[in-house]
Amino acid sequence: MMNWIRILIAACNALRRNVLRSALTTLGIVIGVGSVIAMMEVGNGSTAAVQQTISSLGANMLMVFPGAAASGGISFGSGSTMTLTPGDAEAIFKECPSVRAVAPVVRMRTTQVVYGNRNWVPSETSGTTETIFDVRQWAVVSGAYFTARDVRNAACVCLVGQTVSQQLFGREPAVGKQIRMQNVNLRVIGVLEKKGSNMMGRDQDDTVVLPWTTAKFRISGNSSGGSGGSNTAAAASAGNHKTYPGSSTGLYPAVAATRAQNSALSVRFVNVDQIMASAASAEEIPQAMEEITNLLHERHRIRAGELDDFNIRDMTEVGNTMASVTETITRLLMAVAAISLVVGGVGIMNIMLVSVTERTKEIGLRMAVGAKAGDILRQFLAEAVVLCLFGGLMGIALGRGCSMAVQEFLGWPVQNSVAAIVVSVAVSAGVGILFGFYPAWKASRLDPIEALRYE
Amino acid sequence: MNLIELRNITKTFDLGEVKLQVLKGITLAVAHGEFIALTGASGSGKSTLMNTIGCLDRPTTGDYLLEGVEVSRQSSNARALIRNQKMGFVFQNFNLLARTSALAQVMMPLAYGERHIQRKEAQKRAEALLARVGLADRMDHTPSQLSGGQQQRVALARALVNNPPFLLADEPTGNLDSKTTVEVLEMFRQLNEKDGLTILLVTHDPKVAAACKRVVKMTDGLIESDAMNGGNAP
Repeated sequence: MMNWIRILIAACNALRRNVLRSALTTLGIVIGVGSVIAMMEVGNGSTAAVQQTISSLGANMLMVFPGAAASGGISFGSGSTMTLTPGDAEAIFKECPSVRAVAPVVRMRTTQVVYGNRNWVPSETSGTTETIFDVRQWAVVSGAYFTARDVRNAACVCLVGQTVSQQLFGREPAVGKQIRMQNVNLRVIGVLEKKGSNMMGRDQDDTVVLPWTTAKFRISGNSSGGSGGSNTAAAASAGNHKTYPGSSTGLYPAVAATRAQNSALSVRFVNVDQIMASAASAEEIPQAMEEITNLLHERHRIRAGELDDFNIRDMTEVGNTMASVTETITRLLMAVAAISLVVGGVGIMNIMLVSVTERTKEIGLRMAVGAKAGDILRQFLAEAVVLCLFGGLMGIALGRGCSMAVQEFLGWPVQNSVAAIVVSVAVSAGVGILFGFYPAWKASRLDPIEALRYE
Repeated sequence: MNLIELRNITKTFDLGEVKLQVLKGITLAVAHGEFIALTGASGSGKSTLMNTIGCLDRPTTGDYLLEGVEVSRQSSNARALIRNQKMGFVFQNFNLLARTSALAQVMMPLAYGERHIQRKEAQKRAEALLARVGLADRMDHTPSQLSGGQQQRVALARALVNNPPFLLADEPTGNLDSKTTVEVLEMFRQLNEKDGLTILLVTHDPKVAAACKRVVKMTDGLIESDAMNGGNAP
């Protein structure tokens, strides 16, 4: 150990004798390591930014649908039963740590909206809670979102998409206008940002969003009305209670606690057509799905082996796209990093070879005064390693500086990477040993007589 | 026991098709405390003989006993240690390290010794030797800041830092003017007489050879003459 420290000190002294050459030699490694770190940090930042962009398309989204109903061997398909409640949505939000946001959704069948002498049928009218805008990452361009209080009070408010706004109001500002939907007056309190069509080509801006309580109790006037095609199933399912419009949401009948525990939950007065949840990150989607499944099993009293009364779907395709984008970026950066480090290493080897030739006489002299071949090998190896390590340290500073400059002046997102620093320093020391070994070995094999005579 | 004993040393260089015999059977004994000049025309084999004695080269045949121990067939590492401990080298062109202080030059061989010497002790020894060769005020100077005579004196201090029993000097005055030649030779003579250092000096300058106590003249790979002289100053 002490021995190595002495050798390293001697190497530093030798390198100090020709500062300019040492500095130029390390430049290759400085640039190599610097570019690795800058690349990694800028690349990580870009990857994160791309991931965020893709996840705003809904990559992290999970959709919970009610299960299929079957009657006399005839299945009515997914979503034909009414098993999901707003309580399920709340429970998912509270009890599933991998879920970032949850919103229940009540879909309304094609509903005409009227403003003055114009009318329009939005392709999608959904009743939901204020959390939907977080789940779908949807901003407003004017006005505001409705609030939890609006949901609680079944307030007659709504937000409209760009297409609806265009059709009903033309160039007039939409916010503050009263529109009519099935004889219920709704006040437009916000216009949603343009989202364009979704991946299936449906116009996402052709939409009206309102509190689900309003949709359920004031407009559709039917607490159990499922989405399209579910009428037969609705008729088939037991305990269908009609609720008067405008009544409060506290609709559960009082049931003794013990009885509630023992009986299957067959009666739901308020159902939702879908629950949308957003996983905290793309990696946590499988975990979130498992948590939701377990929670709903418990809430719906489904025992092991019984059929689920719900389905969970995720955006597998979008998720895969995201994974492959991330992987491609990472690989590209790795390739660039590897190339620059190899170039730096070859630079070191080149200069070390020149240095060995230039110092042939010194090597001969050292051998004459008693240096063994191993001493010479260690000396030159130590010089190469010191050069590389020094270059590595400078490279960290350079890389960090570059990534900070990129963040400052170009505004690109940057993510600090400790792994990049550790890896590049280890690699630069490795490069030093690898590319320093040949020149050092060559030096140690010199014949002292010829080396002394060398001019 | 003689310090150096060469028994029928031959050296043949294999130049592919031609085999060149440079030493053709040298037998030579050097006792402790001798001051020998090895002379001869160029190509007479004196450099090869010197390299053989300096453990830099191995003889093709023959025995080389240093302090009674056969050294010509030992491993390279063992011979490196012998060079470090038993002999000092002084060269015609000084062979000092560029951009290195005189003190560091003198301390350099200590790094290759068998046991590690503390930096403080090494520095003390180097300083004492530099003071002895008259360079006490030049310890921080690099070779480019020193005259030829001073450079050779730094090289001499470096050769002596491990207290070797004998000194090999290859044309030590070849690059020096006549005044500094006298100074360096006087220093050699003092080391020989006061410290009992054995000195083997290769030269083709008869004046320098005349300063030595014994002159060995080589011709064509053989010793032509081996005579004592008065050791008068040139």
